Amino acid sequence: MTRIIVTTSGKGGVGKTTVTANLGMALARLGRKVVLIDADFGLRNLDLLLGLENRIVYTALEVLSGDCRLEQALVKDKRQPGLCLLPATQSRTKESIKPEHMLMLVKNLTPKYDYVIIDCPAGIEMGFRNAIAPAQEALIITTPEISAVRDADRVVGLLEAHNIKKIHLIVNRLRPKMVSANEMMSVEDVQEILSIPLIGIVPDDEQVIVSTNKGEPLVLSDEPSKASIAFNNIAQRIEGKQVDWLDLEEPDNTFWTRVKKFFSSKII
Amino acid sequence: MIGELLERLFRWYDPDKSRPAVKRRLKLLLAHDRTDLNPQMIEAMRKDILEVVSRYVEIDIENLEITLESSNRVTALIANLPIRRLKKSESDSDLDPDSELLSDSLLEIHLDESQVFTLPSDPILDPPSDRSSN
Repeated sequence: MTRIIVTTSGKGGVGKTTVTANLGMALARLGRKVVLIDADFGLRNLDLLLGLENRIVYTALEVLSGDCRLEQALVKDKRQPGLCLLPATQSRTKESIKPEHMLMLVKNLTPKYDYVIIDCPAGIEMGFRNAIAPAQEALIITTPEISAVRDADRVVGLLEAHNIKKIHLIVNRLRPKMVSANEMMSVEDVQEILSIPLIGIVPDDEQVIVSTNKGEPLVLSDEPSKASIAFNNIAQRIEGKQVDWLDLEEPDNTFWTRVKKFFSSKII
Repeated sequence: MIGELLERLFRWYDPDKSRPAVKRRLKLLLAHDRTDLNPQMIEAMRKDILEVVSRYVEIDIENLEITLESSNRVTALIANLPIRRLKKSESDSDLDPDSELLSDSLLEIHLDESQVFTLPSDPILDPPSDRSSN
């Protein structure tokens, strides 16, 4: 049975597209057939994060208007078989599409794919409503900051109102040092406030910017980074496997850690 | 282990950190966001609640508190209504020391001297002496 998942957040810039790209890639690496749909009509970015921007010929809009077949619009990833992208149009805006159009697109994709992952645009207007229309499950992406959590909460309410009951949380761009210093909310804080089950914790990682610059999702890289391990773990959990949470504490050298080391070191 | 305990104590004592503040703000914020109640509606509810409860008991209006609290995606409206004193009905008046009716009724009680009961005299506390009135 195909799983139709929407990645959403409310707030912009918290990492929906990054998560979609890396999660899609990670699931494909596990042997699944994955199609990623960029639902950010007018401001498409998923193609950039995947490094597929030069291979776009047709977009979802041409499929809907009948100017091309669905297969012609799908961009297959040459690095990872099993992964492909349905690009969004860059010319028209979100108002040109209706929920029924999205339903139709997804209906035509489900026979051939194990996962359909829809990258939702920021906001809660038409673009959001279109993106969630075909979804059965949702991944809420938030950072441990007040605006992101507030918006995420609003989105959870809207998803529940649209009868999407399977909602999981991903806390992105965590900075463990700031959490230890009590200047950033912890994952537990965010999870307690939003009250939805946690499926992933991704630390803030400079490698994300590097991978975006190159158009190569982190999970493809030979050198594992904490963020790439986190994405792979999320993919495993989505597949139903139990994976331990990453140890994100960074070794630091404050006065207290030195005192700790003194007390815990063997004397004899 | 002692070091970790010390570190935790130190963290907990520091009130200037922003993490507790942001948690507090968010909890309050979301309790309001989730119910979609604006301040005018809450004020109107407050007045109505006060009016209804005042029919049964007298409320300390200054210390009346109405708040919204949220946990596990359920928001509750919590009203804290300190009761000043019970509103009295006629039959309960003798039991209420504050009641005006009681003080009125006190005036009507006379002590009948002939019916006063005296205790036998105690030789230590009340030594016998010459008493002409006896």
